[in-house]
Amino acid sequence: MHRYFKTIRLFWSTAFASQLEYQLNFLIELLAMLGTLLGSVFILSLFFTGGRQLGDWTWESALVIQGVYTFLDGLTNALLRPNLTEIVNYVREGTLDYVLLKPIDSQFWLSVKKFSFAGLPEIILGLSIVFWAAIQSGSTLSPYSLFVFIISLLIGFVILYSVWFLIAASSIWFVKTWNATEVLRALLAAGRYPISAYPVIMRFIFTLVLPVAFLTTFPAEAILGELKFNILFSGLILSSLFFIFSRFFWKFALKHYTSASS
Amino acid sequence: MRIFGLSFKVIKTLLTTQYAYMLEYRIEIALWALSGVLPFIMFSLWSQNDVGNSFGLNDIGLARYFLSAFLVRQFSVVWVVFSFEEDSLSGRLSPYLLQPLHPLFRYVASHLAEQATRLPFAIAIAITFFILNPSSFWLPSLPQLFLAYLSTHFAFTIAFLLQSLVAALCFWTEKSSALERLIFVPYLFLSGLLVPLSAFPSNILKVAMLTPFPYLINFPAKILSGMPVDIFNGFLAQILWISILIPAVNILWKLGVKRYTAMGA
Repeated sequence: MHRYFKTIRLFWSTAFASQLEYQLNFLIELLAMLGTLLGSVFILSLFFTGGRQLGDWTWESALVIQGVYTFLDGLTNALLRPNLTEIVNYVREGTLDYVLLKPIDSQFWLSVKKFSFAGLPEIILGLSIVFWAAIQSGSTLSPYSLFVFIISLLIGFVILYSVWFLIAASSIWFVKTWNATEVLRALLAAGRYPISAYPVIMRFIFTLVLPVAFLTTFPAEAILGELKFNILFSGLILSSLFFIFSRFFWKFALKHYTSASS
Repeated sequence: MRIFGLSFKVIKTLLTTQYAYMLEYRIEIALWALSGVLPFIMFSLWSQNDVGNSFGLNDIGLARYFLSAFLVRQFSVVWVVFSFEEDSLSGRLSPYLLQPLHPLFRYVASHLAEQATRLPFAIAIAITFFILNPSSFWLPSLPQLFLAYLSTHFAFTIAFLLQSLVAALCFWTEKSSALERLIFVPYLFLSGLLVPLSAFPSNILKVAMLTPFPYLINFPAKILSGMPVDIFNGFLAQILWISILIPAVNILWKLGVKRYTAMGA
């Protein structure tokens, strides 16, 4: 275990050093992030014209969802995107062989190798919006609701990571999976809005098939103190299943991996 | 006959070779077509929450608008920046620059070829949409279809020129795909992909109309879906943007190429 922490520390300090060279990039990312946030809040506000509500969510509580989405998007940009999109390149260039030879778990290595610090402001801003909007909508932020919030964020992140990793791992067969991750991103955008605002059939899909609900709506309910225990419990089971399946799938994919040269 | 200084033969060769390339990637293109589901997600939200009425669209109007927005986007998506960045970083650009053909034409051809490959998937998705929402079925009249087609092409041209402008910055910075995000953000929110622009408060709408973005989705989609729209002013704005962007791209590109040779030699 200690070795894994040490590896992460080494990876990320290298990443930090190399990214210091691209300060302009950081600035652009920051601008794009602020623009995106501004735009989404604006579009969200259109739903509330004329004193309307969105799927029984008030304006302030819907903002909590925006915050959770921003937070997860930041994590995606910081950790998932830089690492998991690289898997395709490892497969294509045959460098995956070197990764497999390392005396460390290959899924771990591939998942944490890089860290994009441009995602950090989004993570911080997302959390700030969550807390601000939660207080605005009358949440008392009890230690219990904070604890459930953290657990449900973890559940959401594990599901997100597993789905993304599954798609990336399928590049062992299809090589180019870039477009598949685009489809995923497009579907995840649905998480900007409360699941109860969708038609019944899509609520079903977004809860059970591609569990977008677990990514944003449920964590938001958690911090508002409204998350039901059975949902939290099923989230724990669902995310574990997703994670176990991603490991199983990776092992399975590696059995079929015939490097670039053989 | 020559178009933009290209002989008919060159154009034909470019298009047929690029089309052959694209046919190899049919599954990818199908996936890419699917990644345009955003308008459908937004449609389900707007119609479910009965907001459409507040900006003068019933459910059928909304359905038609968002299907049109999806189709317009399918035929105006541009990814020059990404191809160009890859070509320039991998060194493939140098031989292209030596040929007596502006490299941008190669990208134009590959985009047009990709649109042709995408057509059957777009039609399949439209048919699925009509099966799920039978009441929204409509066939635009021929003049409507023609005008929508024309304005979608103009939309594609504007998007292409905007991205070429960013791509030309590749000669200065290696990371123009990061800059691309900066035009994608206003595109996402101001083009009408997420909501018909008539839902905007009037002062924001006024500002939005001063940018090229509403003419990339909102204007063609309105024509296609049969919503009332100021056709004359719309086309005027599209042509205006094209005539501003062409010289801008030309100048920036020339400056960039000069810099590029200076760096390589």
